[in-house]
Amino acid sequence: MTMSVSRSAVMARAATLRPTRPSFAWTGEDSLRVACATALMLPLLLLAVFFGAALLDAWPRLNLTFLTSMPSRVAEDAGILPALAGTAWLLVLTALLAIPLGVGAAVYLEEYARPGRMTRLIEVNISNLAGVPSIIYGLLALEVFVRAAGMGRSVLAGACTLALLLLPVVITATREALRTVPTTLREAALGLGAERWQVMWRVVLPMSLPGIITGVVLSLSRAVGETAPLIMVGALGYVAFVPTSVQSAFTALPIQIFNWISRPQAAFHSNAAAAMVVLLLLMLALNALAMLVRRRVQRAAAH
Amino acid sequence: MTSMMSIPIPTTQARNESSPVEEKMQVAGLKAFFGANAALKGITLPLLRNRVTAIIGPSGCGKSTLVRCLNRLHELTPGASVQGRVLLDGEDIYAPGVNPVMVRRRVGMVFQRPNPFPTMSIRENVLAGPRLQGVVPDEPEALVERALRQAALWEEVKDRLDLSGVSLSGGQQQRLCIARALALRPEVLLMDEPCSALDPVATARIEELIHELRPHYTIVIVTHNMQQAARVADYTAFFLMGELIEYSATDTLFMKPTDRRTEDYITGRFG
Repeated sequence: MTMSVSRSAVMARAATLRPTRPSFAWTGEDSLRVACATALMLPLLLLAVFFGAALLDAWPRLNLTFLTSMPSRVAEDAGILPALAGTAWLLVLTALLAIPLGVGAAVYLEEYARPGRMTRLIEVNISNLAGVPSIIYGLLALEVFVRAAGMGRSVLAGACTLALLLLPVVITATREALRTVPTTLREAALGLGAERWQVMWRVVLPMSLPGIITGVVLSLSRAVGETAPLIMVGALGYVAFVPTSVQSAFTALPIQIFNWISRPQAAFHSNAAAAMVVLLLLMLALNALAMLVRRRVQRAAAH
Repeated sequence: MTSMMSIPIPTTQARNESSPVEEKMQVAGLKAFFGANAALKGITLPLLRNRVTAIIGPSGCGKSTLVRCLNRLHELTPGASVQGRVLLDGEDIYAPGVNPVMVRRRVGMVFQRPNPFPTMSIRENVLAGPRLQGVVPDEPEALVERALRQAALWEEVKDRLDLSGVSLSGGQQQRLCIARALALRPEVLLMDEPCSALDPVATARIEELIHELRPHYTIVIVTHNMQQAARVADYTAFFLMGELIEYSATDTLFMKPTDRRTEDYITGRFG
């Protein structure tokens, strides 16, 4: 290492004298590049191996009937329809709850809240909330949503829990997006005789939309994988029906995976692997959607 | 110059022609603060109808703060406050009960850096004023054409009104911003160093435009460029450290300044 550094110093000095330097010289720059490339490749490689192994395990079970079947005591007949439907319900409901609340809170904090001790306190606590373990949210939700609010072990209670979990992330992402809108544009709109809400609604929000969408979808794809809080609010391990209303009992993909993996039979482990692959694909699809929407919005913005 | 509004450019000598001189706005004992700091320390200044008034002075003298007080934009800066009066057609825009939004609809503003809305096309930018206010103009196409012609931009953009406003050059963007302000038919047009981000050609274009707009508006232009003030303004006010040092007809101010500090500034001894 010291060798290469001192050598590179010599080479650098030489480079000031000669226009070119030999291409074989190993410099500090090269060491850094190799180190960083390793840092990038190692986790990627691990992920690829993990995903490959899961895929290998899951392969025999990955077919359409797996997606459209109810769970069963017979591993070969079991499917993930209720879990998939439950996850879809959770996803939509969580988005409906978290987006208006999170964006609204962010707009208030960013545009209306007077800077002061109270605002600071709220801001600090929002960052703190983002770091609270999700099982704590589950406990809270069990007491508040399931029991006190009388929602029972419903898909609505699950969605409320996940929305609560996402709020700090959505608020922070939205605030960051709002902050990227330059003051000069707000002033331009105000100078044109617009009320503050009109400036917000017609200039600031449209401009920060790509950032908001990215933040929301990324947090939603995290919610799709949440397990602990859903166990707390009573998502069921065995559900042989698709939720029909917000009051239905439900299960979700991660719960189903957890349920199957904890069984002794190897056949169920294959089911778990297959469900895992489906869950991963779902998350990838969500992220791809986020990118697509953002590109669309940006293109529309730039014409 | 192919604008509909073409009028002969007034020369320095021929400035005291036409309509009788009357006060469109009157600044009276105006103080502006950032927190406890006074950026303006009691300004009294007339702004005459159909005339161009230039505000000159070194950086930090309160030029920009003054024009931002004229459309009640200053008070939106956190910690900023205003004392004193600003009359618009004899009525105090700082009187209790006056809606600042209504003031801004009568007093348009062009900013230092061109700031078209990037999410909007050229057409939408011109119509931004009414749209933002939730008003649908009767004949939007006619309004767009009229405003763009007034801003001397029509010929350059008439075939690409649907392109983004930020696809234009800096000088064109600034004229688009002027068109956007004019589309609201303001009575007063405030220009806060409108050419400071532009090259000399674009600057000349904007100055030409100011001459054309002069018969129809009351124009206040902040500039750090004394030549520009001499070229475009009928009256010039010299500010220093938040105080109005001297105000007079532009020719008088530049040829025979009465205050020593004005003379020092315009001869380049400081600032």
